[in-house]
Amino acid sequence: MLLDALTLQLGYNATLVAVGATLLGISAGVTGTFLFLRKRALVSDAISHATLPGVGLAFIVMVLLGGDGRSLPGLMLGSALSAWVGLLAVQWLTERTRLAEDAAIGSVLSVFFGFGIVLLTVIQNMSSGRQAGLEGFLLGSTAGMLFSEAAIIAAGGALSLALVLLLRRPMTMVAFDPGFSASAGIDLRRIDLAMMGLVLAVTVVGLKIVGLILIVALLIIPPVTARFWTNRTDGVVALSGLIGGVSGYVGAAISASAPALPTGPIIVLVAFALFALSLLGSPQRGVLAAWTRHRAFQRRVHLRQGLLALASGQPIYEKLTLRLLQRADLVRPDGVATEAGQARAEKALLDETRWDVLRRSASLEGTAAFYDGLTRIEDVVTPDQLDEIDAAIAAGAEASS
Amino acid sequence: MSGAEFVPLSLTPLLIGIFAAIACALPGNFLVLRRQALIGDAISHVVLPGIVVAFLTTGVIATAPMMLGAAGAAVVAVILIEAIRRLGRIEPGAAMGVVFTAMFAAGVLLLEQSDTSGVHLDVEHALFGNLESLIWLDATGWSSLFDPAALAGLPPELPRIALALLGVALFIGFFWRPLKISTFDEGFAATQGIATGALGIALVIVSAVAAVAAFDAVGSIIVIAMFICPPAAARMMTNRLERQIGWSIFFATIAAILGYVLAGYGPLWLGFGNSVSAAGMIATVAGLILAVAAVFGPCRARIGAPQGG
Repeated sequence: MLLDALTLQLGYNATLVAVGATLLGISAGVTGTFLFLRKRALVSDAISHATLPGVGLAFIVMVLLGGDGRSLPGLMLGSALSAWVGLLAVQWLTERTRLAEDAAIGSVLSVFFGFGIVLLTVIQNMSSGRQAGLEGFLLGSTAGMLFSEAAIIAAGGALSLALVLLLRRPMTMVAFDPGFSASAGIDLRRIDLAMMGLVLAVTVVGLKIVGLILIVALLIIPPVTARFWTNRTDGVVALSGLIGGVSGYVGAAISASAPALPTGPIIVLVAFALFALSLLGSPQRGVLAAWTRHRAFQRRVHLRQGLLALASGQPIYEKLTLRLLQRADLVRPDGVATEAGQARAEKALLDETRWDVLRRSASLEGTAAFYDGLTRIEDVVTPDQLDEIDAAIAAGAEASS
Repeated sequence: MSGAEFVPLSLTPLLIGIFAAIACALPGNFLVLRRQALIGDAISHVVLPGIVVAFLTTGVIATAPMMLGAAGAAVVAVILIEAIRRLGRIEPGAAMGVVFTAMFAAGVLLLEQSDTSGVHLDVEHALFGNLESLIWLDATGWSSLFDPAALAGLPPELPRIALALLGVALFIGFFWRPLKISTFDEGFAATQGIATGALGIALVIVSAVAAVAAFDAVGSIIVIAMFICPPAAARMMTNRLERQIGWSIFFATIAAILGYVLAGYGPLWLGFGNSVSAAGMIATVAGLILAVAAVFGPCRARIGAPQGG
């Protein structure tokens, strides 16, 4: 069943939804990257909640004009307008009053959402009496999607994607160094507004599929996930788009494969699963990789300290150190060093003595910064310098004897 | 309007609304000053999976397990946000966004998967609450306030939210000085021997308790709006924390009363038959108050605020 869904064999509507969700995921992932890099991820939360009063007002206006209140283009236009007002309100509160951005976001999202709920109850009471079904915009509803609606979603997704690619240079610059980009002649305010406009476009396009409460997830989770795998902006943008697209596609397919699996939440959970995998398994920034690196470092420190203790003939009591030395065949079970162990211990001691000299030498001061108790001295000084150090050690030994 | 009509139908929802608004606005003052305003937003989203899990494990709609589930979910969310922020080195806003959307999605999915058709549990109810339905049927008039038999029939949400309000007020009163010092100057507070980390977590937990208690009665919109709007409006009015808290209580009360009255009677005045969502209207009024304060408040600007305000 799931395989059928993944290969688009489940019929017309499921295919429409899958294609729409994929395009939406790609454009949301790409757009969200710049929002994430600019550290304003949660502004999208305010924008998406602020769409609700627009949906309600658009419905009321369309019914009053004698039309069908449920026409998607009209509702999308209304939601875009009210989200724009909400965005301007956030900007105004942050710039003109003493409120921090988080308070501005929170107040705008709750007030607009509350007003939207008031409008929904007004619509329920309206004499037209028909079931408006506007609640579907809260969590998305893909059942019975029309081809025209899917076409609008596809076109909107493609358009916002094209705009992002067009604006990616200035948006990257603004995200990394606002001061420099301003001095390079980029209008910060305009780029920020353009970025928010793109977020708004993605939100409005996504209303039908994932709903306004969860569209934030598609803007935030893919870039955060992509950031685990690469340090290059272009890489994050591409990967984030890919993750968004895969989440949309797989999510829509899973949701079509069985009843009672709402599309929006499934898409979000697929994205979250990808995030969790990356958090654990990414080779550079992942939790597992960090833990392995930590363990390797710990082993090296223990081994080194154990060898130094062997060299100076001190007994070793630390259990982990003993185990590591035994496993490397450097000591016998009774704690006495093997031949190999003695050789390694002497080498470690020599290394340590050389470092000692190096740290006291004025001419090698800069190199002394590399000392961390683990780095081999041969790796940081030239053979000539090493000879110098050995000469100093020999001279020191003669002087003391 | 006579007492015979007002007391049973409007008194209890009004009181619950006011108590919920104040219980959220009080910790909200500190959250806004600490730039943690969106904690309220995150908590009110993650409460949903907590309640659904509590319902699925116990099988009944009972208050105690649901409150426990909601509080548990809030704690899990806070821990997850912190873990993701530290382990993944992700900025706090994005970490929050990842966690609360995923948990909310899980809650919706669980709700759709489980058979809840026979009980009153759905997403819309969780979002909007149902303030209007919390009526006191046993009351006959003002005299019922002194009648033990009628008092026994009070909606249980009222004593619960009153208790939560009391707890929040006690917490803030008891830890007033440490809270105030650590909110404005965390480093100085630490040198004075205040456990700033523990206090910060305690504040979040108290906020979560207030949010869950209020959520139970009035839905999550009011919770988010009341955490932020009254304190933010109060911040425009004064530079002193004591007065800010006073203003925020005042604004929260006004928003609750005006919102409830407008939702209940506004449509009637305009000639429509039915009332509109009280929770939504209260949030809307709170937003209007904030808008007025942001335009006219004496201390609205970030710099050049009048001295000694």
